[in-house]
Order: sequence, then structure tokens, then C-alpha cells
Amino acid sequence: MSERILELQVNGETHRLLSSDHRTLLEVLREDLALTGTKHGCDAGECGACTVLLDGRPALACLVLASQIRGKVITTIEGLSESGQPHELQTAFADLGAAQCGYCTPGMILSSAALLDEVPDPSRDDINQALAGNLCRCTGYSKIVEAVHFVAGGGQDR
Amino acid sequence: MTVEHTAVGRRTPRVDAMDQTTGRIRYADDLNPAGVLVGRQLRSTHSHALIKSIDTSAALALAGVKAVITGADLPVSYGILPVSQDEHALALHRVRHVGEPVAAVAAVDAETAERALGLIDVHYEPLDEIVNLDHALADDLPLIHGEGLGQNVHRKAALEFGDVDEGLAAAHHVREDVYFFRGNTHAALETQAAVASYSADGKLTLWSSTQVPHYVHRSLARVLEMPAGRIRVIATPNGGGFGGKTDPFSHELVVAKLAMLTGRPVKINLSREDVFYAHRGRHPVLMWVKTGFESDGRITAMHFKSFLDGGAFGSYGPASLYYTGALQATTYRIPNYRFEGVRVFTNKPACGPKRGHGTPQARFAIETQLDKAADDLGLDPLAIRVRNLIEPYSMTVNHLRITSCGLSDCIDDVIKASGFAEKRGKLPPGRGIGLAVGCYMSGAGLPIYFNKMPQSEVQLKVDRGGGVTVYSMATDVGQGSTSMLAIVVAECLGLEPGDLTMVTADTDLTPVDLGSYSSRVTFMAGNAALEAATKVRQRVVDAVANHLEAVPEDLLVEGGHVHVVGDPDSGVTWAEGVVLATVADGPLIESGSYTAPKLAGPYKGAGVGISPAFSFTACVVELECDAETGLVDVADVWVAHDIGKALNLLHSEGQVEGGVYMGLGEALFEEHAFRGALHRGPSLLDYKIPTTLEMPPVHTTLIESDDPEGPFGAKEVGQGPLLPVIPAVANAIHDALGVHIDEVPMTPDKIVAAMRNSARGGSGRIGPSAVPDFDFGEAVMVEPPEGFVAP
Ligand code: FES
Ligand code: FES
Repeated sequence: MSERILELQVNGETHRLLSSDHRTLLEVLREDLALTGTKHGCDAGECGACTVLLDGRPALACLVLASQIRGKVITTIEGLSESGQPHELQTAFADLGAAQCGYCTPGMILSSAALLDEVPDPSRDDINQALAGNLCRCTGYSKIVEAVHFVAGGGQDR
Repeated sequence: MTVEHTAVGRRTPRVDAMDQTTGRIRYADDLNPAGVLVGRQLRSTHSHALIKSIDTSAALALAGVKAVITGADLPVSYGILPVSQDEHALALHRVRHVGEPVAAVAAVDAETAERALGLIDVHYEPLDEIVNLDHALADDLPLIHGEGLGQNVHRKAALEFGDVDEGLAAAHHVREDVYFFRGNTHAALETQAAVASYSADGKLTLWSSTQVPHYVHRSLARVLEMPAGRIRVIATPNGGGFGGKTDPFSHELVVAKLAMLTGRPVKINLSREDVFYAHRGRHPVLMWVKTGFESDGRITAMHFKSFLDGGAFGSYGPASLYYTGALQATTYRIPNYRFEGVRVFTNKPACGPKRGHGTPQARFAIETQLDKAADDLGLDPLAIRVRNLIEPYSMTVNHLRITSCGLSDCIDDVIKASGFAEKRGKLPPGRGIGLAVGCYMSGAGLPIYFNKMPQSEVQLKVDRGGGVTVYSMATDVGQGSTSMLAIVVAECLGLEPGDLTMVTADTDLTPVDLGSYSSRVTFMAGNAALEAATKVRQRVVDAVANHLEAVPEDLLVEGGHVHVVGDPDSGVTWAEGVVLATVADGPLIESGSYTAPKLAGPYKGAGVGISPAFSFTACVVELECDAETGLVDVADVWVAHDIGKALNLLHSEGQVEGGVYMGLGEALFEEHAFRGALHRGPSLLDYKIPTTLEMPPVHTTLIESDDPEGPFGAKEVGQGPLLPVIPAVANAIHDALGVHIDEVPMTPDKIVAAMRNSARGGSGRIGPSAVPDFDFGEAVMVEPPEGFVAP
């Protein structure tokens, strides 16, 4: 197993750590950086629970090797709240019942954040498409889509 | 009289919602105590074999390996039900399904643990495998539990209420139908994980994603042969449960043993593949139902047979078996009813309870048969249901006590909202609409092991600053039980749910609640919390009344204030009231409990199905079904659920939506499929669950029938709404294309086959043709309950 020093930009902080080449970003985030907000439901790219943002785009942390990141900016659910202020999506998901067990929630929120970044006023179809890779076993998705829609509308019920 | 509520009946976010959305909530696998070792289990590659030897020496010699254990290290058997203690933490002498754990290691990291597993040498001697019902009922194959050859029957049951032969003889029309409901699984997004730690003083702590910390506590004490008082079980927030985390599991016992042997904390996180082997999902059930009808659609008698493929272990099996026959008469007045059922063992992962536990299969059968009977009799699906509808406050022929029942309102609601009457039979070809109803328990009437103690206990402790801490073992699996408790207590004490401190699911700190299964928590823990809070309230009210020289009955506790009705300026703050009460009578600590009334009928098996209250649901599904490809696109789902009283509108709706979601997945594609004894695809890629793209709009109505015994009138909502969804889909497919898909899941291949069959002049039906000829034994004859009036 070869090891190397990795430099990772995570949530606005730079981390230098020694890691073996084969470790996934998911493992490094959860185990080395104690950022356990990133979840995992399959470790095989099937569920979306491990979604993080790489340079603002959603990526499955279980499918990316930490050694492949090469300078990309990583955002996890912990990094979405800026200076202690929760992101609007975090508040909307909480207030509108979009989380039941909460296990899909970090991934859902990050996928939604990436969507809103690119398409500020998405249709329900756009939201469904953007979240199709994030499985939720509890909610039936309606309240999740509702929460994203709510934030897209500037916090207005539409 | 309408009661003004302050906390009850609002759209209340979960008390931990912001922790969830900011990633701060800690699930079991998020716990990493210092020095934690990685535990891994070696799983059987054989479906049925004797273990001739296990050599762990090479694994033990590997650097970084701290312990290796096998079945011999944990030889005491266990099982969730006292009557089926047939599991071992690690297989002892014999394996019974592919994926059964046979050995385990604890190592410094995952790589080392995995490598160590590869070094364990197990010698198996294969036995004939039993993979289906036919094998299990043959008498010349090896017994999975026991020695020699014989039928692999786990349990059978035969019960008769009233006189079915007479009822059928008197019928104007009799139908016989055969159905097969293939099994499926929970697929909670969080895979099970457990962390154990053993103190130098000999105290064991287990953190686990379990729905039932109390039962895990008991199993640990039994298998580890340790006093329960030295064991602490903490249920971490479950990342979904649905019944998949309600058995004590191998990894929970193994991780505890490894922690005790190594003196270091150990964690086991099941892989997604492991979870498919741990299973305990929906039983595959073959069903035969013969029902007699009057010409106006009234049911004269029903004879129901079920054959359950239970997999390798007992699990909740005896209960699952009876559940397939228990709730038929809770939605319709069936005057004569016979139930015969058998559960068999096979060499596959054990089945158990999944949302609806044993009842969705039977519900699918009777709700689709009713539509067929209506067609036979020239009635419409609504008329035949209304004609047979259960009465509120009545007894069923099999001795179930029905109290509040809003089923009629539920049906009215979905029929109107969906435009069912205008649409059924009148939509263009390929588009159809279907109706079905269902019913579920608000908590199993009896605990899993016989005892006369309360089924739920709640304690409240009030701090001198007025802060209220609620202690309850109720376990939040995503259904929102913690928030439910907060709402009940806050309502009673005039506080906000978010103001309370919740301590839950910890066997050291919290008084017993039996767990999150059978939709029991709102009814049972809710009532226990209400009793505890009422006592606290009374003490504060008495002390404040004394202080104000007022009559306690004149005092109001609301908005953090205690004052005389109509004079908000008169009183004291809640915190001041707490001080007065503490001065008057000492520590402000009170408890409450709930024990279900005695409801069981006078027969063996009567313990299954009884409940202090039942929820009711009606559902209409409208869909498009492509006649060429068999692809189904669900357009809309209308569902109305009698919840008694919605303590939390937001999350009650969420439970309905989630139940509909799970029902649609089961109806259309989910299947725990095997090739022989081998799982066809233990991954979420192969086991497909609905994504956002498959979900139609769900139109939810909550009907409030105000149950007399529920907390603030509340009943369950976690499981019931799933039940009618599956038959409503089947009935809608029939309306769309004229075919009967009598097998779940209703996949495109079956629909296409049914279309071909009908094009060739066949019946346009796909499904099993017969059930095995099995001797269920002489049915136990049970007189209908006193006061039972046949319709
Ligand atoms: S854990 Fe990465 S997609 Fe499931
Ligand atoms: S809230 Fe449980 S998986 Fe989405």
C-alpha cells in the first residue's frame, strides 16, 4: 500500500494528512477528518447518501479516491452552514418536514444546493431530476421537493 | 366540544431537525470512541451445510488482529420470541443460509480485518438445500432445525370463527382466488451498525441502530450470560427502520463479545450486502381465499389459507403467521371466518416484520378479490365495500375490539377527491383507477415476552429553573417518536416542544418502552408521557393555587405561565410554579405508564392482532399502463387515513407519504429475489427502490375520529397507510387493461404476459394456480364474541 501526503481543501480549511492511495474521499472525510455528516448507504455509488460538493458540483464521495481530488474545493454538509448560520436549505428541510430519519438529508441538501446554484428557479421536474440519484427511504420525496421549491422561491410558498 | 390545543395538532418540526440538516446528529456508525477497533464478520458461502472445522490460527497470527471468535465463543441461542430461540450469534455446527455469520474478527483497521477474514479456514459438509415451499413441505429433505429428514414446518395454525361451511353454503356467489406475494425488504438507508465498549469495572455499553433497545438488552444478557444490570444499551437514532432493526442481531452480540475480549471499543458496520443477508423482511406468502357473497355483495363467510416462506430462522415468525390471518375482519363484517396458515423454514435469510407485518399480503388478496366479486355481481367496488363496512365500536368475529373508526369518512374522502365514480371504467384504454382500504393496529396488545409490567413507562424530571427533561426508551427510527413525546408533554405543561430536553432509548437512563414496532409508540409511550405530565402539572397547579389562594380547578397552565383563567396577569411563571411545587412536596419528578387493556379472545393465537385501537385507511390510485411494454406510470395517489388525532400534522402527513412510497415500490418492482438459495442481487443497484422520478403526487387527508383511549385521541400512522396502496394499484391495472395480476410485485413482464394470455382468449390473469395440499390440522372452533351480531 503506498501512502502519500494529501492536501485537501474542506469547508474552507486546508488539511494535510497521510493517507493510503486506495482510500475513498468518504473514508478520509469520516474517519480522518471526523466529518461524519457525510453518510453512506452502499459504498458503491448507488444511494447518494455520501454526496459532497467538489468545486460546487455534486459528487459521490464513496466513488472518489481522496488522492484524486487534486486541489478541488470540497464542501460537506458541515461546511454549508456559514459562520454558524445554517444555509436556507437546511432551515427549510427542517421546518418543512423534509427529513424523517435524516440519513439521506445531508446528501439531499448538497445536491439541492448545487441545483439552486446552477438553476436558481427550478421547476419541480428540474428538482426531481437533480435529486434522482439521492435515495430516500422515508419521505416519499414530496416534502423534500417542497423544501427545495420553497427555497428557490425565495422562501415563499408557491 | 372542540378542545383548544397549543402544541398538539400543529405542523411541528422534529425536535432534532436542525441537527439532522446540519449533519450534527450522530448515528451508530458516526461514533468513534478512542482506540476503537474494526469488527468484521465472516459469512457462510453455503446455504445449508455442517461446519466440520474452523481454523482461525492464521487470522489470529496476523499483525493487527486483536481477536477472532466463532460460534463456540457465543454458544447460547437466542431469538426475538421466547418460542423461537433458534439463532446463534455465530453459526454453531451448521449454517442455514448464504451470508449467515460464522466467525468474526476485531482488528486495528478495516484492511486488516478484511484480510483476517480471508485467513479463516472453514470446512463445510454441504447438505441438501431447501429453497422454496415445495422443498419445505417435502418429507424427504433434511430438517433445517433438527436432525434427520422431514417437513420443514416452523408453525401452523387453524382457527375457525362461526361456521364457514354453513356461510359458504348459504352464499349466492362463491369465489376462490389464489395469490402470491413475493417477499421484499426494508432497505433502510442506514445500514445497521453497533459499537460496544467494556469498562475495566466490567460494565458493557452497546450503541446500536436498533428499534428495540429493551429486547437487545435482554438478548445480550442471555447470550453473554451477564446480569442485565451490567449492560447498557443505547439505541442511536436509526437511519430508517421499517421493522428491519427489530430483532436482536448477530453483529450486536458479536461486537459486545469482541469488546469484552479485547478491552477496547469495537465497531461493526454492516455493508449493504450484509443487510440483505440480515434481512427480516416481508415474507413471501402464497394465499388462497374463498369467500361467499349474497347477491347484494354482503360477505357470508371467508376461508383464508396462507403459506409463508420464513427463511432460515424463527424471528417473529409465529406472529407473522397469525398476522396473515388476523386483520381480514377489521375492515369488513365477516360473519364466519376460517384461517389456516403455515410458516416453513428454507435456506434463505430469515423473514420477519416489515411495515404492516404479515398483513399487506393478505390485504392485497382480499382487496383485489372484492373487486373481482363486485364485477361478478354487477356491483361497483365502492358499493361492495360500503355494504360490508365495519361498524365503529364493534367486535369482529375473531374477537378484535374495534373502537373509533373513521373508515367510512376515509372512503368518502378519496372517492370524492379522486373523482373515482366518474373515472372508473370510463378512462381511456391504458389508464385506470383503483380503490382499496386497510386497517392496522396502534400497538400490539401484548408484549413479546409474557409479563404483566407496563408496556411503556415515561419519567419527567423538572429542573429548578423550570426546564423539563423527558426520559423514555421510545426509539426514534425517523418516525418522530421523540418529537411526539415532546408535543404531548409540552401540550400538558403549556410549554413549547422545543423547550424540553429529551433523553431517549437508553437502558441505563430511561424507563422501559418495548420499542418501535407494531405502531405502538404514539399510543403507548404517548399515554405514559401524558400521565407523567399530568402529575407534574397537577403538582405545579396545586402549589400555585395554594400560593395564590385560588382553587386549582381555576388555574390555567399555558405559554410558560400558571394563572387564574381569564386573568393572565394574576399568576406566576412556569419556573416560579416549579419552585413552589418543589418547596411544597420535594423533587419534581413524576412518572407515568401505559398498559394495554386485556383484549385477547379465548383461543391460542388470540394475542396476535389485538390492539387498543385500530387505524383505518382508504386509497385510490390512478395510473397509466402501457399494454405493449407493461410499464406502469402512477399518475396520482389519494389517501385518507384515520389517525384518531394528528398530534403533529407535518410529520403525520410525512408518514402517510412515506407509507405510500413504500407501498408503490412493493407493488411495482421490489422483490427480495433468489436464484435457488442465492440472493439475486444484494445491492441497491439490483434491489431497486423508487426515486424521485417514480413518485407521483400524493394527496393526503388525515381523518380524526378521536379515539377514546389514545393520547389526545391519537392512533397510529406509521404502517397503516401502506396497506391499501398495493391492492389499489392492482385494481387500477385491472381497470386500465382488464387483466388481473395476482402476484406482487406487478412487474411489466407479468402485465405483458397477462395481456398476451387475454389476447389468446385466456382469462387475462397472471398468478399462481393452486396451493399445496397441506394438513393444517383440525381447526380450533371459536365461538364469536358475546354480542357479536352477524350482519
Ligand atoms: S454511499 Fe456513496 S452512493 Fe451510497
Ligand atoms: S429521511 Fe430517511 S432516508 Fe430520507
